[in-house]
Amino acid sequence: MNRRAQLSALLALPMLWLIGIYIFSLVMLLVTAFWVTDPFTSKVKPGFTLRNFEQIIANPAYASTSIRTLGIALAVTVLSILISVPLGIFMAKVASPKLRAILAVAITLPLWAGYLVKILAMRITFTEEGFFNSMLGPLGISGPGFSIVTVVLTLTYLWLPYMAVPVYTAIRQLPPNLFDASSDLGAGAGFTIRTVVLPLIKPAIIAGSIFTFSLSLGDYIAAKFVGGSTQMIGSIIASNINLNPPIAAAFSLVPIAFVVIYLVSIQRTGALERM
Amino acid sequence: MRSKIMTGAAFLAVAALALTGCSAATDSTATGGLSIDVPDIPMLEELGEMESEVNIVAWSGFVEPAWSDEFTAETGCTVNRRVAGTSDEMVQLMRTGDYDIVSASGDASLRLIAGGDVQPINLDLVPNFGDDIVEGMKGQIYDTINGKSYGVPIGRGANILQYNSDVVTEEPTSWDVAWEADSPYAGQIIAYDAPIYIADAAVYLMAHEPDLGITNPYALDQTQLDAAIDLLQQQNKIVSEYWADPAAQITSFAGGTTALGTSWEILRKLTDDDKFKSVLPEEGSTGWSDAWMIAAESQSPNCAYAWVDYTSAAEVNGAIATNFGMAPANAAFCETSDEAAAHCEYFNATDEEYFSNVWFWTTPIEQCIDGRTDVTCTNFQQWTDAWLSVKG
Repeated sequence: MNRRAQLSALLALPMLWLIGIYIFSLVMLLVTAFWVTDPFTSKVKPGFTLRNFEQIIANPAYASTSIRTLGIALAVTVLSILISVPLGIFMAKVASPKLRAILAVAITLPLWAGYLVKILAMRITFTEEGFFNSMLGPLGISGPGFSIVTVVLTLTYLWLPYMAVPVYTAIRQLPPNLFDASSDLGAGAGFTIRTVVLPLIKPAIIAGSIFTFSLSLGDYIAAKFVGGSTQMIGSIIASNINLNPPIAAAFSLVPIAFVVIYLVSIQRTGALERM
Repeated sequence: MRSKIMTGAAFLAVAALALTGCSAATDSTATGGLSIDVPDIPMLEELGEMESEVNIVAWSGFVEPAWSDEFTAETGCTVNRRVAGTSDEMVQLMRTGDYDIVSASGDASLRLIAGGDVQPINLDLVPNFGDDIVEGMKGQIYDTINGKSYGVPIGRGANILQYNSDVVTEEPTSWDVAWEADSPYAGQIIAYDAPIYIADAAVYLMAHEPDLGITNPYALDQTQLDAAIDLLQQQNKIVSEYWADPAAQITSFAGGTTALGTSWEILRKLTDDDKFKSVLPEEGSTGWSDAWMIAAESQSPNCAYAWVDYTSAAEVNGAIATNFGMAPANAAFCETSDEAAAHCEYFNATDEEYFSNVWFWTTPIEQCIDGRTDVTCTNFQQWTDAWLSVKG
């Protein structure tokens, strides 16, 4: 009896959090998507209408923005993987302990700075007369300015640690004798990475990609400050949140759907069990 | 989120904070005779005992200790300030019922009046609202509905064309450099990031496409709205950036990303660089003006009236206008000192001819405020939805 009481006391807070705050607000979001807004006063009234969903389908801007955001999130994820894997292998298997420590600090250091500070730093870097152009201008290279490319670069900069850290940890845990065995059997470095390292660190890559993908999907401040005229799902939700909350609620189901599809497709590969 | 942005960007912007107010500041146009259905809310007939406090939602820079401390000393009303970043936020805050006064802009004010959130104001109880209030800010549609006054003006400003004279060597006389696909400055143009910017396209069309028959940029039927959206989509291809955050706009000009685009006088001044110049082009422009409004359910109506009256006095109104960077509503301020006169001159405070070309932000409603009765005009919801398709 005493043990049961202890257990429920222990679970009370997480359950209250999960159901009371997390699930409840998601349900409220879903319900609000069916409510109506007074077109003049912007007052929200409970009711039932499918008009919000109709509007999302009827206005092509919603679809094109959804696809653009999906593309940005995938590009950020791929770019993060391309940077993290070689970096992780170098840190775990090649670098000296001292260099490894320095690199580990360097990767996590940006996490210590505020989110907005980092975005504004990227804004200053990529502005026309900014750091990027003044450094590379003499070589005849000019930066992407404020565009979709800069949004991808900025989001990669923001979320890279969430990919790099799990990937590095996974590679670090690979037994050295696997590498020895691979090279004894005549495999080159590239072949070893492809057939030994990558399959073994796949769960770590997937864990990291869930962060990079879903965080990119929900971001809109980057698009606002370094995107020029780039519009993302979050931009539309933010511009509707005060004027027409029901349509914002309806549209926010799109990124939720993307993430669910992503998780389900990962789950089908069986990667989630090995995480 | 807005507040998060502002907190984070603090290092960029005492100035930005002071200005964010403007980003949604709005007001309306002088079209008389508009009659719309508004809830019947009684007007206060006479003042009573002062309450102990007054809660104010305001743009940053409108309520400062420099003048609110003296108000508290005079009336005994403690001033509690809540700074809001956008008109939409103000509307939401006023609907919580926790506030007595709001410094509403035109796109907010009509919604507040029609929503029954603010009460008519008895101007007899605001002695400082007198002959010195500039002509162009009296009886405007944004604060006077069905003959009842709902707001007491604070100040106004125009959305001007700012340009970098190093790049744009000849002063533009027309907005065409910002709208036409063959603009020599394509790719270096900044545009405002809000649905209300559709009105700027309408102002341009009013001058260049007379066949569309636009006579008021806030009264657009579906055809006219479509034409404005087409123009905005054309502009989207030559735009370097959209701005809603004043700090972002200033850095866009200062960093060389942008050569010209829509701006406010105060933003130009804040660049602190003479190469940035401004002009009110021949087509005219949009603008904004703000007014104090009192909550329908105010817990402290006497303190609220006292505040509105106190801040309408020449010195206080001038202090707010100087702090915020706009033309004051009370012209008497302009004669109080040389600095005041210079401020009024710079912001064209009493130049009605300047402001006759300025269409103050107004919430678009289904009833055409230009007087047409044979068509239905597009409302702000439709503008918001159409705005999304500009950026695609």
